[in-house]
Amino acid sequence: MQNLLLLGDEAIAQAAMDAGLSGIYAYPGTPSTEITEYVQNSRFAAENNIHSTWSANEKTAMESALGMSYAGKRTMVCMKHVGLNVAADPFINSAITGANGGILVVSADDPSMHSSQNEQDSRFYGKFALVPILEPRDQQEAYDMVHYGFDFSETHKVPVLMRITTRMAHSRSGVKRINKVRKQNELKLPSDLRQFVLLPSIARKRYKNLLRDHALFIAESEISPFNKYMDGPDKSLGIIVCGISYNYLLENYTDRKLPNPVLKIGQYPMPRTLVEKMADECDEILVIEDGYPIVEELIKGYLGRGLKVKGRLDGTLPRDGELNPNLVAVALGKPDTIGLPVPDLVVSRPPSLCSGCPHIDSYYALSETLSALSNGRVFSDIGCYTLGALKPYEAINSCVDMGASITMAKGAADAGLIPAVAVIGDSTFTHSGMTGLLDAVNDKSPITIMILDNGTTAMTGGQKSPGFGKIEDICKGLGVEEAHIRVLKPLKKYHEENVAIMKEELDYQGVSVLIPRRECIVAIDKRMREKFKNKKAAH
Amino acid sequence: MKKDIILAGVGGQGIISIASIIGFAALEQGMFLKQSEVHGMSQRGGDVMSNLRISKNEIASDLIPFGKADMIISVEPLESLRYLPYLSSEGWVITNIRPFNNIPDYPDIDKIMDEISKVPHHIALDAEAIAKEAGSVKAANTVILGAAAPFLDMAYGKLEEAVKFIFRKKGEKIIELNLRALKAGYDFTNQHL
Repeated sequence: MQNLLLLGDEAIAQAAMDAGLSGIYAYPGTPSTEITEYVQNSRFAAENNIHSTWSANEKTAMESALGMSYAGKRTMVCMKHVGLNVAADPFINSAITGANGGILVVSADDPSMHSSQNEQDSRFYGKFALVPILEPRDQQEAYDMVHYGFDFSETHKVPVLMRITTRMAHSRSGVKRINKVRKQNELKLPSDLRQFVLLPSIARKRYKNLLRDHALFIAESEISPFNKYMDGPDKSLGIIVCGISYNYLLENYTDRKLPNPVLKIGQYPMPRTLVEKMADECDEILVIEDGYPIVEELIKGYLGRGLKVKGRLDGTLPRDGELNPNLVAVALGKPDTIGLPVPDLVVSRPPSLCSGCPHIDSYYALSETLSALSNGRVFSDIGCYTLGALKPYEAINSCVDMGASITMAKGAADAGLIPAVAVIGDSTFTHSGMTGLLDAVNDKSPITIMILDNGTTAMTGGQKSPGFGKIEDICKGLGVEEAHIRVLKPLKKYHEENVAIMKEELDYQGVSVLIPRRECIVAIDKRMREKFKNKKAAH
Repeated sequence: MKKDIILAGVGGQGIISIASIIGFAALEQGMFLKQSEVHGMSQRGGDVMSNLRISKNEIASDLIPFGKADMIISVEPLESLRYLPYLSSEGWVITNIRPFNNIPDYPDIDKIMDEISKVPHHIALDAEAIAKEAGSVKAANTVILGAAAPFLDMAYGKLEEAVKFIFRKKGEKIIELNLRALKAGYDFTNQHL
């Protein structure tokens, strides 16, 4: 019977620990955060000295993991899909260096953008890097795949990418664990100590190895326990389902008897002969995949024989957004179901800054300071404070990627938009803002940077902020003049004072850093509760 | 037995606690469960919903199809209407009538109540008032759960056991409070059926 009720994220974390994990590296990002938190909260991890503290960003996380793999131990890197953009350089190159200890890269995609700025598909990165990809259909398969992935990584000396989606990450289901927990690897360096030296002469050889091994990865996909060809009597249509979309297909057949041949994909590169078999047997192929139409494009292309392929590209399924059982029903030609319409009076209820949030006071002060100037000069970033774009604040004009506030403000100032303002959180600043600040300092750019320091990584649930207590020193160290690093207290009663300071710094023709500092209201609440609990326990 | 439940509310209202109690009771009876949660940005006071599916047989999709939900359990009246497309023609809406007003254009509560009363099968109750009578407004969510209990096709005792388990670390007083709240909600529905 099922013995653990776990989120997809938790199943992955539990599996990694059961598979001999020595360290997990990550920067928080919805929907991947809970993987690392599960390890951080695990007594087993603490007792067995499994590394689990947060990294400054996904790139440093990926590189640290690569170092752990070099040293022969099993390691996991976790990030949200856009985090893989940040980690792309080490990730792509790790395919060339190859692995020593098993390395599993987990990237959590967010189709329908529940909590993200795009819905990019991490499978593209796997294909780009030429590494194998695992895509679980449910929490149990996620658990099983982690074990398989580590073994695969060590057998074939290659990093393995695991791609999950929000629905997999944040859905709970029963998971059976293996009986015996695997021991951690001993420290063991690669047999060839130049394996990780990507000088062109070595990299060329390693790249040839990777290309040679790619044929092997395809062969492994053909016999993978996660890729299954299931025959069906009705050959007018063959169905390829990837990862979680298999569940949406099954949902449409209450007796679970599927009339058509189905190829279930859980491991890439695509198992070519299984696809060929379906192409030989069926008149048409329907591809059901969450995310981008990667498989659909691939089989349309590489078969090149006029086979009819249906999916997201021809409109059988919508081109964007998360799949669901109803969309799949319609794609199968089955009737759609729908309940009552939503009454007209139901208005949207967007997320908003919490009552008492320090960002509110910072934004009111900033907006007043800027009120005499023309609109459109505030470049913001990724975090709770992005909600400052919404009513009633409407205080910011950009949110692109981690750290872009500072560099975009700099570019706009270079173009003549003076003053330009950057608004960035403390954790986002240390993630990717520091290098941009150095650029601005070196150019003496007339920009004002507001580092909203609430002492935590709030949006993802209050993780430790890597730059905690170090923000002024970092700014000084990067060359911001001390007189232009101003710490503010974002409270209503200091509003006038804060506006006056902001005005002064906006007038300064160089880099100014304003640091409105007040603890996140949710973090205080959490801290007080803990304190109260501990006090109670002590009595 | 198979129940597909939409849980609705506003980020921070704690709909997941209702899900964990039903989920625990279902697992104790050897049932399968899938529960999809909301994390991240929408937790900041936005509308949130969770898909909870329990069944004697293995469950395929994490998402409940439109038009197939057996019930919508909502801790907030406006939110009870947002997910009506999920409700089956036989399905029930069980909702709190206390508005959580954190938006400038929150509709008139009487109009919301009109819309709720148009749903063929519904239970609408003032969970805070009932919870207060049971001992504390903090148990409002448990009142709502109690009100949904008659539709869960589960022995009532199983839910009581689950409440005891979920609140086991909070002490006897909190357990007792929640058991009273559960019963008060349960009685409310039975009187209004």
